[in-house]
Order: sequence, then structure tokens, then C-alpha cells
Amino acid sequence: MSSQTPSDPARRGALKCLAFGGAGTLFMLAGGVLAPVDLALAASRKDAAAMAGLPLFLQVSDTHIGFNKDANPDVAGTLKQTINLVNAMPVRPALTIHTGDITHLSKAQEFDTAQQLLSGLHAGELHTVPGEHDVTDGTGTEYFNRFGAASANKGYYSFDHQGVHFIALVNVMNFKPNGLGGLGDDQLAWLQADLRGRSSSTPIVVFAHMPMWTIYQPWGWGTGDADQAMSHLRRFGSVTVLNGHIHQIVQKVEGNITFHTARSTAYPQPTAGNGPGPMPLKVPSDQLPRMLGVTNVNFVRHPAAAHLTDSTLA
Amino acid sequence: MTSKTSPRARAARLGAMALLALAAAPAIAQAQAANAVTIKNFMFMPMALTVKTGATVTWKNLDGEPHTVVNDAGLFRSSALDQNDTYRFKFDKPGVYKIFCGIHPNMKETITVQ
Repeated sequence: MSSQTPSDPARRGALKCLAFGGAGTLFMLAGGVLAPVDLALAASRKDAAAMAGLPLFLQVSDTHIGFNKDANPDVAGTLKQTINLVNAMPVRPALTIHTGDITHLSKAQEFDTAQQLLSGLHAGELHTVPGEHDVTDGTGTEYFNRFGAASANKGYYSFDHQGVHFIALVNVMNFKPNGLGGLGDDQLAWLQADLRGRSSSTPIVVFAHMPMWTIYQPWGWGTGDADQAMSHLRRFGSVTVLNGHIHQIVQKVEGNITFHTARSTAYPQPTAGNGPGPMPLKVPSDQLPRMLGVTNVNFVRHPAAAHLTDSTLA
Repeated sequence: MTSKTSPRARAARLGAMALLALAAAPAIAQAQAANAVTIKNFMFMPMALTVKTGATVTWKNLDGEPHTVVNDAGLFRSSALDQNDTYRFKFDKPGVYKIFCGIHPNMKETITVQ
């Protein structure tokens, strides 16, 4: 599975270690810049160098509780594995974000199972955004019954943690006719107001389910009005935009904005355009943990590179 | 007016009954097939279907990925159809009905009722 390697803005020279991968991604705040650290690395390395930053948060995505087909008949099991991995880390993340598709079919019992499993995660408060699989009834009743309080049932909200401003956006309830996700005018106006008056030196983390840039339009892998959101974010010195949805890692850096899509804990999907659609990808069972796990750590910077190359969960 | 296959065990039982019905009454089964839409490889097939007023159309999802059947005018909306789940809707009024998948909105079809 290929991932793009971002370009090389000089300010990111501050990063001691930057690698993506894993069943989840741990983000460290190092010198004001967020550095995602591979989970297996964080879990396995005891030396201080790898953990030099301030442990900030964990990203989990696309748990798809309720999925039970060949691509992974036990998505609860792989989520448990992920949780065990996180709980075994020497340093506990202060909070967790889930970038959507918590469930597969938006069913009440799927949400119940997901919540029960995620409550075993010792990684701070859980913050969520819905994926399209969580709101298949059109209104997201089951999702908002459980997770609506953070946003007064709007779905989008913001909060601050350790000097970082976190913004949760919903791009799965306002689809564009071409299949791309959409934020909608109300949310864009809210975003503009939320950012108004904030210092440009505030590190920003934006998280949403669908990618906030167009990775592959024929499969709807993008957000039609993301550019309008980005126009409000460009003045900030450090913006990290996190998504799930495509069950594989793709990254991009554009100016001060770093985009990153996370792996799923449930099943992989094909690379863009490879096959009739973004359906669950069946791989040999011995390969699955590596597709959900920590293979293909493909963006390594500075000294820690060698430690990351072959990290796997399997 | 609308129905969706629910729990797996019941679906299997219904499936077995449907097979029996199929064997017993092939003519009826063919009539139903004429108003059937298959969802496969992220497409509605056929993408354009004409039925008579009062006909019930049945959608069946064959993909491992769930899909929904949503009318763009809000007349009906299925819940998420898992693999082999079906959804039915009875068209009581003539007209042209545009349909898409609420999870993958680039999947579209048109049902003409006359």
C-alpha cells in the first residue's frame, strides 16, 4: 500500500520523530509542532528519546463495530488488540479522538458494543465525529443520542487542550451530488467564527471523518467545500488535519497544513481506483494485522527512522 | 408500505421460504424479478427501471459494503442494507423517482412509474 510522502517545510525540522502507522496514532507536541508517533514504537521503546515530546492524544478510526464479513470477522477483537496496545504504552495519552465509522450500520447495539469496548481504553477523554456509517438513517439518531452532548447535537465543536485548539468537523451529513463529503454553510460560518480572534501561533488540530482534500473523487474520497474551511485555517502556523474513511494512510503537506488519514482498526480498503469501489479488502489472515497495524511506516525523519521500518502488530 | 429484512436468523428463514416459493410458483418469481434491483460493485442495476403504478420494487445489496436506498425527494429511505439484505417500496403514484445511496451518493438510479 503506497502513501505519499509530504514535502519538507523547514519548520518541521523541529520534529525528532515523525512516522505514521499503527492501529492508532499517538500525537506528541514537540516544540509547538505535533508529531505523530507510531503506536508500536511508543509501546515498545522505553528510552526517553522516542517520547521526548508531551504525549497529547491518540487517534483511533473506522472501528466499524458490527462488520462481520470475510475481510475481518472479528472487528471487536482487533479493536481490543488496539486498546491493549495503547494501554500497554509507557505514557498515557491525555485524550483520544475517534474519527468516525464507530459502527458499521448505525445500529444501537453496535454503538453499545463500541462504547463498551472503547471505555476500556485508558487514554483520556474520548472525542468523536461521525462517519457516514454512523448516520445511515440520515439524522444520526443513535450517534447523537450517545455523542451529541459535546456539540449540542450539531456534531461539530471545538475545545482546547494543552494550548492546542481542537476542531471537530462533520462532513458526512451534507454530501455533494458528486459523492464528496460536505461541511455546509452553517458549519463553515461556525468555523470562521470559532477561529476569529485566535492567535495564529495557536496549534490547530482539525478532525473529521472524510478526507479534507480530494484524494479520489470517483470514490467520494474528499470534501467538496474543504477549501473554504482551509481558507480560514491557512494563517495558522501549525495545522494538523486528521481523517479516517479510506482505511489506509495517505498524507499531504500544504504550507503549514499537514493532512493525514488514519488506518482502520477493522479492515483495509483498496488503494484509490483499484477495483469497483471502496469495499472491504480481503487479505490473507496472516496479513490482516499488518494492514490494521503498523506496517508501511513510510515517512520517517531524522534519527528514529531505523526503529520504525518494520514495526508490526502481528 | 416498506420493509427491510431484519435479524440474520429470520432472514435466513425467510430466504428458505422464498426458495420454496420460487420452486412452487416460478411465474410469480419471474414477475418479482422484473421489479428487482441488484446493488453490486457500487452500482444499482439496472440504473433505469420502468414499473407499473402500484408495483413493489425490491432492492438487494450483494456488496460486502453496506448501501442505502434513498429517494432524493424524501419519499423513502432504507436503513443500511448489509450484504444480501433487501428493501422494498411500493410505488403508488406515477412519476420519475431519483434514487441514490446515502452512504455513497455517487451511486444513482432512476425509477419511472407509469
